[in-house]
Amino acid sequence: MRKTTRVNSLTPIAIVLVLASAYGFWYKNSRGKIRKVEKPAEGAFNAEILGEDLGVRATLVQFSSAFCTPCRATKALLQNVVAEMPDVRHIDIDAEAHLDLVRKLDIRSTPTTLFLDSRGVEVGRAVGAPRRDQVLDALSALQ
Amino acid sequence: MTQVTSQPTKITTIDARGPRFSAGITVILLATALATQSPWVLAIQAIVFAIGALRGPQFTPYAFIFRTLVRPRLKGAAPTEDVRPPQFAQSVGLLFTLIALAGSLSGISAIFIIATSFAFAAAFLNAAFDFCLGCEVYLLLLRLR
Repeated sequence: MRKTTRVNSLTPIAIVLVLASAYGFWYKNSRGKIRKVEKPAEGAFNAEILGEDLGVRATLVQFSSAFCTPCRATKALLQNVVAEMPDVRHIDIDAEAHLDLVRKLDIRSTPTTLFLDSRGVEVGRAVGAPRRDQVLDALSALQ
Repeated sequence: MTQVTSQPTKITTIDARGPRFSAGITVILLATALATQSPWVLAIQAIVFAIGALRGPQFTPYAFIFRTLVRPRLKGAAPTEDVRPPQFAQSVGLLFTLIALAGSLSGISAIFIIATSFAFAAAFLNAAFDFCLGCEVYLLLLRLR
């Protein structure tokens, strides 16, 4: 009788550990990866939509929020990357203040970074903090 | 976490390793609450969450343990983070533990188990995978408005 109770009470712990671990490995693996976007939700971005001028060659549009630790690191990284590239611009957008845009683009978490080409069309998207080499690779593909 | 510094923008930053260490202790407390199905163990964790949510994660007893016993033994530069993301996570933890305690008080053990399991899952993801709850949940909540 007592043994049954203990087994029952350990079941939720076991279930959570299995499910959370599976999610955790997926989370670690997927965050920061830059995925190619074939069919962008928005035709082409312009300064009117984003509030800032786009880069001549490419633009990195980052969506950030208040309760987001990696947003700070991502902002610092992207600002640092574009500092050496006069034809690429970084725009940091407060997701909370642009919920219409967030819904339209189906942005679910922060940081999310859109990679725009010279026409302002989204060609790539990174959910989570990308690494420097991933950003440089994605940018070098945009000429 | 002893060096609580104010930046020009008045954002308080703390040692980013502190909340992750605290999440580790939280995992143990919540697992104990689930295994024993004890509302008293959960009540202790609820108080810790309440301190973290209302005053800040750097003021919890777990943060005190980190500051006095763990931090002096860590090497390398301390990575800092804005205090608001872990504070948000503490608030979500508090919400779930309060729901669990309400379930326990009203005699519905399923509510206790499910709500505690959610808090346990979030704390485990935070400790083991550096999961950022605010990043994943906050925008979705805003989008529901």
